[in-house]
Amino acid sequence: MRLSFSDWFDRQADRLFILPAVLILLAFSIFPLLISAYLAVSRFQLTAGGYQLRFIGWLNFKKLLIGGEQYHFLGVFAPVPWYGWLLGAAVVLLLARSLASYIRSGKSTVIGLVGRAVTTMAILALTVLLATTIGAGGQLGSLSVTVIYVAVGVTCQFLTGLGLAMLCSQNIRCRSFFRVVFFLPLMVTPVGIAYTFRMLADMTQGPFAGLWRLIGLGDLSWASQAWSARLVVMVGDTWQWTPFIFIVLLAAIEGQSREQVEAASLDGASYWQIFRDVTWPEIAPVASTIVLIRVIEAFKIVDLPNVLTNGGPGIATESLTLHSFINWRALDLGGSAAVAYMLLIVSTVICASFFNYVMQPMRSRRQ
Amino acid sequence: MSRWRGLFESRRFGELAPIPKFICYALLALWSIIVLFPLYWVLVTSFKEPVDVAYPPKFLPFIDFQPSLHAWHYIFVDLGNDTFRPYANSLIVASVSTLLAVLIGSMAAYALSRIEYKPKLGSIIGFILLLALAIVAVVHWQVDWRLAVIVAVVLFLLLLRAFGRYFRRHLGNGDILFWIISQRILPPVVAAIPIYVMFQKVGLLDTHLALIITYTTVNLPIVVWLMYDFFAAIPRDLEESAQLDGASRYRIFVGIVLPLAKPGLIAASLLVLILAWNEYLLALFLSTAKAQTIPLLVAAQNATRGPQWWYMSVLIIIMIAPVVVLTIILQKYIARGLLLGAVKG
Repeated sequence: MRLSFSDWFDRQADRLFILPAVLILLAFSIFPLLISAYLAVSRFQLTAGGYQLRFIGWLNFKKLLIGGEQYHFLGVFAPVPWYGWLLGAAVVLLLARSLASYIRSGKSTVIGLVGRAVTTMAILALTVLLATTIGAGGQLGSLSVTVIYVAVGVTCQFLTGLGLAMLCSQNIRCRSFFRVVFFLPLMVTPVGIAYTFRMLADMTQGPFAGLWRLIGLGDLSWASQAWSARLVVMVGDTWQWTPFIFIVLLAAIEGQSREQVEAASLDGASYWQIFRDVTWPEIAPVASTIVLIRVIEAFKIVDLPNVLTNGGPGIATESLTLHSFINWRALDLGGSAAVAYMLLIVSTVICASFFNYVMQPMRSRRQ
Repeated sequence: MSRWRGLFESRRFGELAPIPKFICYALLALWSIIVLFPLYWVLVTSFKEPVDVAYPPKFLPFIDFQPSLHAWHYIFVDLGNDTFRPYANSLIVASVSTLLAVLIGSMAAYALSRIEYKPKLGSIIGFILLLALAIVAVVHWQVDWRLAVIVAVVLFLLLLRAFGRYFRRHLGNGDILFWIISQRILPPVVAAIPIYVMFQKVGLLDTHLALIITYTTVNLPIVVWLMYDFFAAIPRDLEESAQLDGASRYRIFVGIVLPLAKPGLIAASLLVLILAWNEYLLALFLSTAKAQTIPLLVAAQNATRGPQWWYMSVLIIIMIAPVVVLTIILQKYIARGLLLGAVKG
């Protein structure tokens, strides 16, 4: 039997529907991932008329972890300050509590235990790193800086976005006006935002210059202080990404059933009680999903620190992506790929942990 | 005490008491100012002469300073084609890659929500191993890349024929979906260098095509993520009756499913369009002159003389303008479209 082309085309529909997506992802994700892995274990050298790649094993990683690039990636170690101990104690308590409750729940499996152990170790390691480099005399490396950007940035964005969404879901006028206005920052290119904030944060010429002079800070330069520079980066990041969380949470809040809220409010429950007992359980799954998306994206932060401070003062505001990019610019392709791989590992562990141990329980609780 | 409580409690349901209402409006207005002020400052700066940017800050055109169109003149007339070309590049790259990502992504999302796939674990591992081997062959032993790819693919197909039936373990749709979404975790910088090398090898560096392909890939997972739940929520009766009438899957997809999923499609397109329009890092790697996009031009205004704020402001404004217009037109779809994806995502 001879099949015409269109018959064949129809019969292959099942495959042809998914094939383009799979092929394109294989070619431009798996393939680069493998090449990057190869670069990460080699040394790139320009030679006459081309380049040469020499296999050097894990030397690139060794350099980052214990070698000459350690100060850049991990930071410079110093005695742990009191807030370092505080942070450490809080994290240990939190981890111990969640592990204990998992083991006591009686539903623990070997895979679950191993997964949780990996998560616990990763968080502990990051905490120790943060506590030992944050003190006086120490210096945060690009890994810690990225983790701070993610943790502080996403927390601020989530709380602001949630607050705004709650306000906007009240019975108020001009709701669509606020919605469009609050959505605006998402449309500006991150590079543009970075320059805009550089203009705004300019202490001598910016719009607030008069204010700074008034309170005697006119001569202060935020870009020369590590923490103020980081703060400006995080403010820019929050300004840009709050709308994303806001718009999704607003839709979730507006989508919840009015009856429950009404019933609770007739019973005399306060705003806070209504939020805690009725609204929050309803929107928690959406909230956790949106936080995961944000965490995934936040790990890739690069435009803001690059434009605002160029990673400086020193390396104080350098994120991992910027670190990798700076290595690439210096033609250290191997080192660049090694940093990128470390970023991939850290963000995968954090995101997978969040997905498995925060998001999934929240979803299953609702059903 | 009870009098005070009366102030705060709602009278009619949904109606706020005066004081909370005032606080509510005050906070909303405050955030509006936080959002709008930077944009206002950019707009004002675009009309300033360089001397007006100095201290003391000048806020109001015509009152504080005499607005001038010199920056607009410079960007549109002096730079002329050097502005319009990146702008056109951005338009082409962003719109074509969005179209492709939405088309390919929604096809995949639809297929995953309707058809059961069972990729064999063994063949996947075999494929990745062969791919790794091909890369090592090209990079290390200087084999021609075309030859390596062809040999790898042929070898893969032959091995699949020979040993395919021995593989038992297979993955499900959930795994494929997770795999696609997990591509988003990949930091662009991991992929940027290999993609750069790859396009260099095939001579596509600094072309529209390179950027279009890259943006399509990067944004594909978002489309799949958002659209999967949309398709899953669409009832299947219509499709089944169409199938009985003899319509092919393509017909059903284009004629029935896509129109039903319109809000999701619009939201996903808008989001992907914004991401592609604003993308900077990959463009920096992949385009130098001909295919330069507009975010690169913004960054380029940071010249050796220091940042040229007035030129930069003009560029930022002409970059935001089309997206703002689009968003205002489509705003009612955005929340709905994003939500369905996020609820079950």
